[in-house]
Amino acid sequence: MSDTAYVPPVAGTAPLHGSAFGWWLADSWTMTRRELARWARRPGQVAVNLAFPVVMLLMFALFLGGAMTVAGGGEYTEFLVPGMFVLTMAFGLEATMTAVTQDLGRGVVDRFRSMPMAPSAVLVGRGVADVLESAVSLGVMLLAGLAIGWRWHGSLPAVLSAVGLLLLLRLAMLWCGIWLGLVVGRPELVMAVQILVWPFAFTSGVFAPPESMPGWLGALAEWNPLSATASAVRALFGNPGAVSASWPAENALPLAVLWPLLLLAVAFPLAAARFRRLGR
Amino acid sequence: MADNDPAVRTRGLRRTYGARKALDGLDMEVGRGTVHAVLGPNGAGKTTLVRTLATLLRVQAGYAEVVGIDLAAHPRLVRRRIGLLGQHAAVDEELSGRQNLEVFGRLYHLGGRRAAARAEELLERFGLAGTGRTPVRAYSGGMRRRLDLAASLLVDPDVLFLDEPTTGLDPRGRGEVWNAVRSLVGGGSTVLLTTQYLEEADQLADRISVVDGGRVIADGTADQLKEEVGGDRIDVVLRDPGRLAEAAAVLGGVSATGRADTDADTRRVSAPVADRMAALHHAVRALDAAGIAAEDLAVRRPTLDEVFLHLTGGPAGAVPGEHEEVSA
Repeated sequence: MSDTAYVPPVAGTAPLHGSAFGWWLADSWTMTRRELARWARRPGQVAVNLAFPVVMLLMFALFLGGAMTVAGGGEYTEFLVPGMFVLTMAFGLEATMTAVTQDLGRGVVDRFRSMPMAPSAVLVGRGVADVLESAVSLGVMLLAGLAIGWRWHGSLPAVLSAVGLLLLLRLAMLWCGIWLGLVVGRPELVMAVQILVWPFAFTSGVFAPPESMPGWLGALAEWNPLSATASAVRALFGNPGAVSASWPAENALPLAVLWPLLLLAVAFPLAAARFRRLGR
Repeated sequence: MADNDPAVRTRGLRRTYGARKALDGLDMEVGRGTVHAVLGPNGAGKTTLVRTLATLLRVQAGYAEVVGIDLAAHPRLVRRRIGLLGQHAAVDEELSGRQNLEVFGRLYHLGGRRAAARAEELLERFGLAGTGRTPVRAYSGGMRRRLDLAASLLVDPDVLFLDEPTTGLDPRGRGEVWNAVRSLVGGGSTVLLTTQYLEEADQLADRISVVDGGRVIADGTADQLKEEVGGDRIDVVLRDPGRLAEAAAVLGGVSATGRADTDADTRRVSAPVADRMAALHHAVRALDAAGIAAEDLAVRRPTLDEVFLHLTGGPAGAVPGEHEEVSA
C-alpha cells in the first residue's frame, strides 16, 4: 500500500515499529478483549443469552417431546438435543448482528475508523469474542442436554468433531451476521432479520426430519446448511437421525464442513468490503 | 509537510449523496495552532466536512489536506495526526472511562503500560479521575462528552475535529466542554469545531467560516462577522401591535442602519445598534416620549439566523436556488 511508503518523522504520533501483521494481531486481540470486557460488565444479559436456548430446549423436549416419534426409532430427546445445539449456533447470527448495528449507531466504529489501527481488527475482534461466547453457550447446552437424559454414544474424537462442526457453523453464521449488520446498519432493522431466522431454522432437520415434511419443503430442508450440521453431529454423537436416502442426507458430514466454509468464503469478503466502503 | 503548512486546506471539495450536494466546492484554510469554527445550520455540510477531513468519508472530488498530507492519497497517515469527537458519543457504554481510554490507547499502539498511564493522566485532566469502575452509561452528558474528548486526545493530535461538541448538552455540560476546549489551545493544538451557535463560535474560535449549501459563504473573526451583520441588536416587544409602525420609526432613530424590522406575530421591533448602552438609553426615552408601552426590551447579540439573513438574503438553510440541496 502506498500509505506505508512514507512515514512522517513527527513526534507525538503513534509509534510505527513492528510488522503490519503483528499490529493486526495486536489490534484484533485488543478488540477481542474489549468485547470480553463488555461481556463481563453485563452479567445479567449474558445469563439471559445463555438461558434462552436452554429454555427453548426444555420447552421442545418437555412439552412437545412426549408427542413426537422419531422415524427409524429412538428417543425424541436424543434426536432433538443435537438439533438444538445447531439452532443455538444459528441464532448467534442475531446476537452478532445486533452488536454490530449497536456499535455503528453509537459512533464507536467512527472512532475506530478514524484511528491508525488495522480496520479489519474491528470485525475480527467481534468474531473471536463471539466464537468464545458461543463455546461457553454450547458447553451450557451440553450440560442441559445431559440433564434431560440426552447422551452421546460416539467416541471422544467423534464428540469433539461434533463440537468442532457446531463452532464452525457458528463462525459462518457470525460472519453472515457481521455482513448483515453492516448492510442493515440500524438496530431497528435487526428485528426484520430476526423474524426471518425462525422459518429458516425450522425449514431444516433441526426439529423434525425433512422426510416428514411436504415434498417441496422437505427438499428445501434437506439442503439447508443447518440440516447438514444437524445430521452430521447426530451421527457423530451416535444419536438417532434422518433415515432418508437422499444425496444431502447421505453426505451430511462433508456438507457440514463445506456449507459453513462456503458461507464464510462469501460472507467474510462481503463484510470486509462493506466495512471498507462505509466511507464511500 | 513543513510545519508552516496549514493544519487543514481544502480546494473545491465536493460530495454528493444522490442528487443532494452536501459539499459544493468548499474552500477553507485553517492555520496551525488556531481554533477554527465552522458555523452553519443543519444540512449546511458541516458534518460531511468533518467526516471527510477525519477520513471517515472518501474525498469524492476536489482536494483536501491535513497538516500537508493529501487526504485522498494517504488517509492512514492522516489518521495518525488527528483526533475526532463525532456527533455521537464514541465510547462504550458498558465499560468504565478508564477501560475505554485503555482500549483506545492500545489501538494507538501505546502499549499496555503507556496506555494505562495516559488514561490515568487524561481522566485526571478532564475531571473524571474519581469515576473508578462506574460504567459510562451512568455518566452525565457533560462527563460523557469530556471522556469522548479525552479519547480523541490520547496521542496529542496535531488537529482535533469536534463535530457539534455541545449539541444536546445542558448549559452546565456545555460550560464543561468549553473549558476543556479552551484548555487545549494552550497546548498548541489546532481545533476545528462545527457549531450551529454563533455564541459558541464567538466564545471559542479565533476564526469562523460560515457555511451554507456546502460552501463557505463568509470567513473572518467573530467581530468581523458581527460587524458585517451590524453588531448588537435591540429588541422591543410592544403591548399594542397596532403601534408597530410607530415604534419602528422611533427605533429607526437609534438604529445603526437607520431602519428597524417589525414582526407582527411576536409584536416585536428589532434594530441593529452600534453602541449598546447608548442605544438602550435612547430607545427607552424615545418610546416613553412617544407614549408607546413596551412589554419587553433588551439588547442582544445577533443570532445565527440574522447572520444568515444578512449573508444570504434568505433564512438559514435556504440559499436562493438551493432549497432542495440543503433540506436535510
